Amino acid sequence: MKNGVQNDSFFKMKFSEKIIVTLLKFAASITILTTIGIIMVLLFETINFFKEVSFWDFITDKEWTPLFAQKHFGILPLVTGTLLTTFIAIAVALPVGLTIAIYLNMYAPKGFRKIFKPLLEVLAAVPTVVYGFFALTVVTPFLQSIYPDLAGFNALSAGIVMGIMIIPFVSSLSEDALYAVPKTLKEAAFGMGSTRFQTSFKVMVPAASSGIMVSIILAISRAIGETMIVAIAAGQQPRFGFDPTVPIETITAYIVQVSMGDVPHGSLEYRTIFAAGITLFVFTFVLNSVSFWIKKRYQEKYD
Amino acid sequence: MTNAQKNRIIDKSFQVFGIVCTFFGLAILAILLYNIVIQGAARIDWDFLKDLPSRRPQKAGIYTAVMGTIWILVLTTMIAFPIGVGAGIYLEEYAKKTKLASLLEINIANLAGVPSIIYGLLGLEIFVRIFGLGGSVLAGSLTLSLLILPIIIVATREALKAVPSSIKDASMALGASKWQTIWNQTLPASIGGVLTGVILAISRAIGETAPLIVVGALAYVPFAPSSPMDEFTVMPIQIFNWVSRPQHGFAVNASAAIIVLLLITFMMNGIAVYFRNKWQKKIKW
Repeated sequence: MKNGVQNDSFFKMKFSEKIIVTLLKFAASITILTTIGIIMVLLFETINFFKEVSFWDFITDKEWTPLFAQKHFGILPLVTGTLLTTFIAIAVALPVGLTIAIYLNMYAPKGFRKIFKPLLEVLAAVPTVVYGFFALTVVTPFLQSIYPDLAGFNALSAGIVMGIMIIPFVSSLSEDALYAVPKTLKEAAFGMGSTRFQTSFKVMVPAASSGIMVSIILAISRAIGETMIVAIAAGQQPRFGFDPTVPIETITAYIVQVSMGDVPHGSLEYRTIFAAGITLFVFTFVLNSVSFWIKKRYQEKYD
Repeated sequence: MTNAQKNRIIDKSFQVFGIVCTFFGLAILAILLYNIVIQGAARIDWDFLKDLPSRRPQKAGIYTAVMGTIWILVLTTMIAFPIGVGAGIYLEEYAKKTKLASLLEINIANLAGVPSIIYGLLGLEIFVRIFGLGGSVLAGSLTLSLLILPIIIVATREALKAVPSSIKDASMALGASKWQTIWNQTLPASIGGVLTGVILAISRAIGETAPLIVVGALAYVPFAPSSPMDEFTVMPIQIFNWVSRPQHGFAVNASAAIIVLLLITFMMNGIAVYFRNKWQKKIKW
């Protein structure tokens, strides 16, 4: 009999364990549901959008004025605005971030690296609305003192501040990649009489190139999706072109602009934010996939 | 000048440039903080913290925004913590190296790269419209929970991975079941890393503005929320609202609110770092 009781509790344990595993599996599957949800929601509203607006107009019209009486639905002005601020941000973050990564890895004393790497990462912990305020009230007036023709809202200031925000993305991830390069490569280069500069650029950076590429792609993806800095400091005027001194509007800023107003559910204006959203999603999805592919393809090269 | 000398000069110049770049980032951070403190510190007093929003900058306070942020903080933690840690445990301990696991892994990596505003669109359609939650605290918390799930899952997996298999093997050898081993051995041993990840994720959620604007959090809310179904605003949205106004008084208010927001954010990051260090010191395998 005793044996039977033991078996009973054993089965009970097995059973409750099954329930727990099912619950855990459900928790994990929520991430899949999220992805499906995002794609379904964007597709559903976008299909409705294209019932009223021609796809050709959407990708070729150079005007975006869905909130005006004279409506145009060309996404290009929002795309050029997004690309412009992203380009400026990367132009700041890439050279500065990569230099920091090389400096911390190859030049700085060990203690220096330990203190300054986390300190720089504070830059990424500051809420983006704070950066927006900083761009509008500090950086723009400063740039205007150098170049008086600069508009109060402009892509330049927003882009620069965005670049500063993503410096730690480039510097920390690139430094991780440099750190992962086998010591023997570095020592061999030094042994041949190379300077630290030569070792950095002829040996270390090429050896860590896949990791550095990943860090840059992630930074670009982050810049494309950044919202509050551009919504506050870059203006809300969709404009086709690449002039950094005038007000523009990015895809993200447009979505915020519409969301701040009172747009009725189911209206065409409501659907425009999903059409803009899917454009944004496609950009970042492609970039993320490329970075994931590089990571998978090259990460075990030196193991 | 010989080649060796030239190379040494290039080497030294790059060193100087490296130092300049490192301090450039930190100098900007310092300028940002200095400007905000100079503008806003004098504005912070007890009234500022407990006053309701107002049209007149001198009378406006951040009470409703602070309460909204606290509501979001608590609800998001309650939703995202169990789901994120559960999913992390499943992926690391149960689903290892199956086809499903690699699919989930790719999916999570991709979700982590989706812009936060897209989560706002998801929340707007699913939680606000289909579930009928409206622009409520609950809808906002659910949206932010989905946003930070990938961060919590990745952190949980990293922490679990750090527990040596000898601990698990010993527990299994003594007759403990897989779940008993996880609950009594693996999780307690990795809790520091898990908590670090959760706190960092929550601090990210507190600073988020865009998805909550899309979900329908309002810029002006006359009362603090008293249930999960109430309308709400949060500190970043209050700051955004004040920044967009032309009067100088509101810029001062925005600076003051930013100080409070940054204090909360940095405090949470500090706690996370403290947990990580304490946990790393305590456990030496």
